[in-house]
Amino acid sequence: MSGQSFPETGQRPGGRHLGELRKGQRARVTGVDETAVVTSLPEGELERRMIEMGLVEGSHVEVLHEAFPGRDPIAIRVNEHTLALRRAEARAVLVAPAA
Amino acid sequence: MSVMTSAAVPPRIALVGNPNCGKTALFNALTGSRQKVANYPGVTVERKIGHFVSPLGRRVQVIDLPGTYSLRARSPDEEVTRDVVLGRFAHEESPDLLVCVADATNLRLNLRLVVELKRLGLPIILALNMMDAAEKRGCRIDAAALSAALGVPVVPTVAIRRGGVQPLLDQIDGAVALAAAADAAESPAPCCSPCGSPNGWSEPSSRELRAYHQEVEGLLARCVTDAGLPPVATRRVDAVLLHPVFGLAFLFLVLFLMFQAVFAWAEAPMNLIDGAVSGLKDWVAATLPDGALRSLLTDGIIAGVGSVVIFLPQILVLFFFILVLEATGYLARAAFLLDRLMGGVGLHGRAFIPLLSSFACAVPGVMAARTIENRADRLATIMIAPLMTCSARLPVYTLLIAAFVPDRPVLGGLVGLPGLVMFALYAAGILSALAVAFVLKGTVFKGAREPLLMELPAYRLPNPRDIALGLFERARIFLARAGTTIFALMIVMWFLASVPGAPEGASEPAIQYSIAGMIGHALEPLLAPIGFTWQIAVALVPGIAAREVAVGVLGTIYALSDSGDALQSSLAGALAASWGLPTALSLLAWYVFAPQCIATLTVVKRETNGWFWPAVMFAYMIALAYGASFVTYRVASALL
Ligand SMILES: Nc1nc2c(ncn2[C@@H]2O[C@H](COP(=O)(O)OP(=O)(O)OP(=O)(O)O)[C@@H](O)[C@H]2O)c(=O)[nH]1
Ligand SMILES: [Mg+2]
Repeated sequence: MSGQSFPETGQRPGGRHLGELRKGQRARVTGVDETAVVTSLPEGELERRMIEMGLVEGSHVEVLHEAFPGRDPIAIRVNEHTLALRRAEARAVLVAPAA
Repeated sequence: MSVMTSAAVPPRIALVGNPNCGKTALFNALTGSRQKVANYPGVTVERKIGHFVSPLGRRVQVIDLPGTYSLRARSPDEEVTRDVVLGRFAHEESPDLLVCVADATNLRLNLRLVVELKRLGLPIILALNMMDAAEKRGCRIDAAALSAALGVPVVPTVAIRRGGVQPLLDQIDGAVALAAAADAAESPAPCCSPCGSPNGWSEPSSRELRAYHQEVEGLLARCVTDAGLPPVATRRVDAVLLHPVFGLAFLFLVLFLMFQAVFAWAEAPMNLIDGAVSGLKDWVAATLPDGALRSLLTDGIIAGVGSVVIFLPQILVLFFFILVLEATGYLARAAFLLDRLMGGVGLHGRAFIPLLSSFACAVPGVMAARTIENRADRLATIMIAPLMTCSARLPVYTLLIAAFVPDRPVLGGLVGLPGLVMFALYAAGILSALAVAFVLKGTVFKGAREPLLMELPAYRLPNPRDIALGLFERARIFLARAGTTIFALMIVMWFLASVPGAPEGASEPAIQYSIAGMIGHALEPLLAPIGFTWQIAVALVPGIAAREVAVGVLGTIYALSDSGDALQSSLAGALAASWGLPTALSLLAWYVFAPQCIATLTVVKRETNGWFWPAVMFAYMIALAYGASFVTYRVASALL
């Protein structure tokens, strides 16, 4: 795994999140931080769910499909599997452009 | 557990793994049972128990469990898995052996759970399932290295192929013996010893979860020599089927085709059955002397059961569509496509899956709602599931359409008018369900929607044999029901409709003076405002036990009311002659909403742990049904 400093507080300047990627874009996950997301879940729950679904530091992601309307939700490739999620929650996944 | 019990009680093994990795397919292969297997996550929502005999002749109990991504159980189905694995069920200890099932095409995600489960200290065998698909994609997994690295036996399996579970069977005896030995060696102190006992389990933190992932990366680096190609075909198909515009259009086309086909494809076989039933009736009428027995056979059993059995082809067409959709992997896509639209009424995209099952029957639909994590979302889904037109309502719709809707082509001959009306009835159910959901989510079930995090499985071609077996199973259930519940109800109804006989010098048919007639006339004032006749009132009562019985009862009543040659004409003809169109429309409206199904109310009680929600469901549906019928009847009477 590449050296990301603090994934939990990884809001570095210019950092992008999965929720803003467009169809066809690829990226690498650099951190999971749910503080920017409004959810009905208890604290820390969304982060753990994301990790359990494979969205963890170092995973490779690619946006495969966008639904209608509003290009939401999205279907993404996460390493070997395909995952559907909404853009709102995808904001919790911080990404860097794939090398 | 003591050493004594392990000799007498068969060892228990549990199948645990991510959703859709083939646990139930494996369970079926081991035990020879026919539990439901389909290509979407969340098929199994309760534990199922079976038995098999190991190669060394040991009787083994297997437990099939709902799939889960972690033991942290987020939804009721996952709680079942957690409680079985941790031995939290009353009077049940943890299984003696866990068979962790992992999808070999997606090892990274699947192994994460295995690593978590290993912490429990229970004996484990890892089954790498779907090895055929993995090989096709060019994955190379070194099972021996994985076994050494994990410290558990690893066996490749192909659950859907004959002999594909042999490697697992070969390991069972050894593993069970080892587990028993370990059990015996354990301190004989009463159960909860902290070491090796899963009772010490606690929810992993995000840090621990990350550590599990790291561990998996290490395992993969050592044991996977080639990760293989991604499923290219699935991606190509999805490029079209998940297209924002074509994708939705295709989904609506599929649903339209399904409801249309229920009508169009089933017509010819239904006519055949109809002919056979009336042939049988004529034959019995001609062979037996006039009397109570002949009446019971012809008017009671053949007219009643026969008028239900006719609908077998329609039910099979409907199930054909549902089975194919489930087997291909399209259902999860539909949930994805509809998430935003269903969000408009506050529902979760996932709710589509229980709602689609409800077209078959609301009972499995209500149970499938277990996979919805949030309680408010789940309750909202359960409350609207019975508004989806279930297959037991088909007979009523079809009968009334046959009686009152002329069969002429519309839309330039593309579809028939009856098919279109059928579609409209389905649409009425769906739209009112959405409206009810909107109201519920805006009032009692307020709150943010649960996040969507759903795996989209790779497409699979449905196996024709599985589809055929599924249909056969359906036909068997339907006919068994016709032969038992419906048969019995028909005999009771015939009896009620025949005694006491008509008084001396009666002018009306005898049924008017029977118990059924009295019941019907007693209910009539209540139902007259919505245009129902006393015959309908009689039919609605046993319809609570089984909706389709209403059709059978009408068959019997009109058979008994008819005098002489009119008996020849079909039930649809009899209805067309004796009801006005407003009454027919009113009854259709009634059936869109009416909560006449004890099975559904019972399962809602079980799933919500109490009578409160079934009572609410009954009240709101009956109110809607009465209101809709009232409006329909009044408007139709005024206009026609
Ligand atoms: N190619 C292939 N397909 C398989 C194999 N085992 C299962 N399948 C298919 O995988 C899909 C899922 O199988 P299930 O047995 O329903 O999976 P499950 O793990 O019980 O799923 P849940 O009950 O949802 O947790 C079905 O379409 C099966 O036909 C296998 O070994 N090879
Ligand atoms: Mg299953």
